[in-house]
Amino acid sequence: MKLKTLALAASVAVASISMVGVAHARDQIQIVGSSTVFPFSTKVAEEFGRSTKFKTPVVESTGSGGGMKLFCSGVGMEHPDITNASRRIKSREFKKCTENGITITEVKVGYDGIVLGNAKSGPDFFLTTKDIFLALAKDIPDGKGGLIANPHKTWADVNKNLPTTKIEVLGPPPTSGTRDAFVELAMEKGAKQFPELKALKKSDKRAFKVVAHSIREDGAFIEAGENDNLIVQKLIANPNAVGIFGFSFLDQNADKIKGAIVEGNMPSFERIANGDYPISRSLFFYVKKEHVGKVPGIAEFVAAFTSEDAWGPDGYLVDKGLIPLPEADRASMAKQAKALATLAM
Amino acid sequence: MSERTKQRYAAERRFRLYGLAAIGAAVLVLATLVTSIGIVGMPAFFQTYIKLDVTVDAADVESGRFRQLTFDAVYAFHPEVTDRREKKRLRGIVSSGADREIRLAVADDPSLIGTTFPIWVRSSDDIDIFIKGQVSRDLPQEDRRVKDNEIAWVDGLVEQGRVETRFNFSFFSTGDSREPEQAGIWGAVVGSFFTLCVALAVSFPLGVLAAIYLEEYAPQNRWTDLIEVNINNLAAVPSIVFGLLGLAMFLNFFGMPRSAPVVGGMVLALMTLPTIIIATRAALKAVPPSIREAALGIGASELQVVTHHVVPLAMPGILTGTIIGMAQALGETAPLLMIGMVAFIVDIPQGIFDPSTVLPVQIYIWADSPERAFVAKTSAAILVLLTFLVCMNAIAVMLRKRFERRW
Repeated sequence: MKLKTLALAASVAVASISMVGVAHARDQIQIVGSSTVFPFSTKVAEEFGRSTKFKTPVVESTGSGGGMKLFCSGVGMEHPDITNASRRIKSREFKKCTENGITITEVKVGYDGIVLGNAKSGPDFFLTTKDIFLALAKDIPDGKGGLIANPHKTWADVNKNLPTTKIEVLGPPPTSGTRDAFVELAMEKGAKQFPELKALKKSDKRAFKVVAHSIREDGAFIEAGENDNLIVQKLIANPNAVGIFGFSFLDQNADKIKGAIVEGNMPSFERIANGDYPISRSLFFYVKKEHVGKVPGIAEFVAAFTSEDAWGPDGYLVDKGLIPLPEADRASMAKQAKALATLAM
Repeated sequence: MSERTKQRYAAERRFRLYGLAAIGAAVLVLATLVTSIGIVGMPAFFQTYIKLDVTVDAADVESGRFRQLTFDAVYAFHPEVTDRREKKRLRGIVSSGADREIRLAVADDPSLIGTTFPIWVRSSDDIDIFIKGQVSRDLPQEDRRVKDNEIAWVDGLVEQGRVETRFNFSFFSTGDSREPEQAGIWGAVVGSFFTLCVALAVSFPLGVLAAIYLEEYAPQNRWTDLIEVNINNLAAVPSIVFGLLGLAMFLNFFGMPRSAPVVGGMVLALMTLPTIIIATRAALKAVPPSIREAALGIGASELQVVTHHVVPLAMPGILTGTIIGMAQALGETAPLLMIGMVAFIVDIPQGIFDPSTVLPVQIYIWADSPERAFVAKTSAAILVLLTFLVCMNAIAVMLRKRFERRW
C-alpha cells in the first residue's frame, strides 16, 4: 500500500515537471525593477487591473540594476515587458538592450526626494551640501592641497552653527539606489565646493569620484539596511541619530520625524516638485516596444500610468508620495509615452 | 555526609539550575517576541467602517458610475464643502475601494436599484489608524496626515453612529493591495500552499527513494562516500544559491514561467531534499536489523523487507523530517527572489502556473511599504505565518507520537 502511495506521488511529480516543458503564452504584463518606483507601479497596476478587462500586471521589486539586467536580456515571453528605475538607463545597459534586439520607450514619471531626518525631539538641522560632505566623506581636504581622514566627531566640528551632538547617520547600504542618488546629489555637490576638489574633477574625474563618493567607515555612518521603515523606527528610538531615507517615509511619519533643511529648503512636496530642494532624483520606467501587441494591455498600461488621474497633482500616485513633473513636462511626456517614442542614446 | 558528597550534590543542583535558567531565558525571549508582534499586529484584524447612504439608479448600474456615486454619498455629509482640494480630502475618508463594495452589494441584491439604502464601507487607512487611536489629536496639524477638518468630519460621523470597528474578515479572503485597508493575506496563503504542494510532491519521493537506496542497497565504496559528503554539504548551502540554480535551470533553460509556484516549489524542493534524505536515512538506520533478518528469514524478498517492514517502521521519522523541511521551506524568501516570486500580485492564484507570492514575501513587501497602516498588517501576517508553522510542527509531533514504536 505504502509502495503504491510512493509510486503515485512520484508520478505526480514527474507529470508536473513534464507539463511545464511546453512553452507558454502570457496574458499578463510583467514589470520588474526599482524598489523606489515599486509603490507607484503597483498602485497603477492595481487600478489598471480593477478598471480594465486586462489582468493585473505582476510587479517585482528587484532593484534598478537587477531590473535592467532582466529587461535587457532579450525579447520573448520569458523576459519582462517593463522595468522601473530610480535613475536613468546607463549607456552600458542601453547597449546591451540594443544588442539583444530591444527597442525602448523611456517614460519619466516624477521625482523622489531624499531626506535627512531625525526624531521630533532631536535638534533642528540646517545643512548645506558642504556640511553633508564634511560630515560623511571618508577623506576631506586638509586645506593644504592634500586629503586627511575625516576628523569630525560632532556636527559642531563640521560647522559651528550645527548642534553639538555626535555625528551618527543611519543610511542605506551601497547596493541601494537611494544610496547612489544620495552620494551623487548631496556628497558630490558638497565636494565640488572645495576648489581643490573641483580642480581634481577637471584633471582626474575618477579620482574625484573616489573622494566624493566614499562614505566614512569609522562608525559615524551606519548602514541600516534597505528598509526605510526600519531607519525611521531607529530614529524614533535614538533622537541623536540622523537618517537618510525616501520622502514618502517622512510624509507618512511626519508626527514622529522631521526633515533637515538643506540649502535653506525644507523637504516638502512643493519644494521638491519645483526643484528647490537639492537632493531629489527622477524616476523612470522603460517599455519594451517589441512586446507591445504581443502581451495584451501594455500600451493601455502606459497610458494609465501617464494619465492625469494617476500622475497629476491630484492623482492617486501623489497620495502614495510621488512628486509629479511640472505640467508642461507631463503633457509632453504623456504624448511621447502614448506614441511609444523610441529612446536613442 | 562527607564534605565531598555535599559538594557533589551541590554541583548537581547547580547544573540542573543552569538548564532551567536556559529554558527560562528562551521562553522569556519567545514570549516577548510573540507578545510584541501580537500587540502591534492586533489592530490589523479590525477595520473601521463608515455608513453611507447611497442612491443607485438603473442608469448608474448600466454605466458603472459607482465611483461617482460613492463620492456623492460622502459629499452629502458636508454639502458646504465646495473647494476641489477639500472635496478630495472629504472623499478620502472612505477607502478608494468603497465603490466596489457598493457594486457588489447591488449585484447581490438587485432590488436595491432605484432606492436609497445604507451601506457600511471601509474607511481609508489614515482614518482607520486615527479611529484606532494611533495618531494623537494634540499634535500640530502639519505633523498629522489627518488634518483638523478631517477630524471634525470624522467626529461628526462618530456622533451620528456612522462609524464602527469590526472584525476584518476580508483580511483572510483577499489578495494584496497597495491600500492597507484592502490588503489581505489570502493570496499569499494560497501561493504558499501551491508552492509547498509542489515542493512536497517533488522532494518527498525523490528524497525517500534516494535515502532507501543509499541505506539499504548501496555498496560501501568511495562513490557512496562522496555522495554522502555532498548531500551533507548541500544541507548547509545558503538558500539563495538554490534560487540562482532555479533561475539558470528552470527559467532560462526549460523556459518555465516566472513568479509561478511550480518553479518556486521545485527550487524549495531542491533545498529541502538534503534535510529529507538525512532524516530518512537516520530513521531507516534506527530500524533494528533483527526486523530485516526475521523478514528475510521467513522468505521475504528484499523489496518486501523494505516496503512491508523497514519503511513503515521508519515512517514517523521520515514524516517528521519531511514536515520540518517543509516548515523551513515555508519561511524562505531568498531563493524566491531570483525566480520572481518577490512580487506584487493582486489576483489570487488559481493553480501552480499562475503568478503568486508566498507568506514570508508578503511580510517583506508590507514591511517595506511606507504607509503607516502596513506596520500592523506586517505583524498580523507574521502571526499568520507563525500559526502555520506551529500547526505544521504540531502535526510532526502528533505523527511521531502516533506511529512511534519502541523496542
